[in-house]
Amino acid sequence: MDLASAKVIGAGLAAIGVGAASIGVGFVFGSFLQSSLRNPAAADSQQGRLFIGFAAAELLGLMAFAVAMIILYAI
Amino acid sequence: MAAGGSKIDPMHQFVIEPIFGSFQAGNPFVFTNSALWTLVVLATIWVFMFGGMKRELIPGRWQVAVEGMIGFIDDMVHVNMGPEGRAYIPWIFTAFMFLLFANLMAYMPFALIPGAHPFTITAQFTFTGVMSLITFAIVLGVGFWKHGLKFFSLFVPHGTPLVMVPLIFVVELLSFAVRPFSLGLRPFIAMFAGHILLDIFGNFVVQGLNAGGGGIGISILCFLFVTFISALELLVAAIQAYVFAILSALYINDAVHLH
Repeated sequence: MDLASAKVIGAGLAAIGVGAASIGVGFVFGSFLQSSLRNPAAADSQQGRLFIGFAAAELLGLMAFAVAMIILYAI
Repeated sequence: MAAGGSKIDPMHQFVIEPIFGSFQAGNPFVFTNSALWTLVVLATIWVFMFGGMKRELIPGRWQVAVEGMIGFIDDMVHVNMGPEGRAYIPWIFTAFMFLLFANLMAYMPFALIPGAHPFTITAQFTFTGVMSLITFAIVLGVGFWKHGLKFFSLFVPHGTPLVMVPLIFVVELLSFAVRPFSLGLRPFIAMFAGHILLDIFGNFVVQGLNAGGGGIGISILCFLFVTFISALELLVAAIQAYVFAILSALYINDAVHLH
């Protein structure tokens, strides 16, 4: 296998991580919605924490994207 | 861009090109498209802010918009940092407004004017990286100024068993050291990925139309996709600015209060 095809395969494998992060982001918002429907009065005060959790989950997916870009363009 | 060609080059939109002067010629100060769009973003923020800072007794719509922005960040800082957070609102508000306007300006359809296309300044790690470095300069400066060497107790949470202290210290120190990197990386990658996505699917629309036949159907699908992704990206642009602001507030809060 030459480097060019290995690069493309590697970038494709790295893209799996983005899908995993999408599960995480969906879990964050899903859990928030679930619990905020149980107690709507407390929902607004937790919005900051919602976005912190979203940011943490999203960052790891973005890392996978960055790895894919590094494999494709920087090697 | 490769209009009609078979090769899509999504990276071309991030190339910094000189507008006046050139990179060779031995002159260190070159006016680039990046500098131009920084000035455009700055001018927009100035027009927005000074237009609404009239301090009228009965505020007009514009003043309500500006006061709403300030009140939004003020509330967020108050919730996360308490009354001591007021001192740090200038930086957090500046960072929020700059990221918000820079992200949104990059999605504005300037390309309707022939030859003009927006340059995404926040899709350059230099911008977001320097902003996160400023946040961490504040964190370190305030931490050591207020607490002296006690600042290092930030790395040992309360109630840690004595045996675990060296391990926890190293882990917390590592997580602290990665923060400036992740804080700057987040808005950068979000903008970068969004623009690549829009570019690739925008190219699919053109190529599908050029191919004709079944390509027209794919073209229509891609056009719908680009439309909805654009809406999503506008949301992401605002969320990333908000996340940068809230994380800056939290990190500075750590340094002020030492958990």
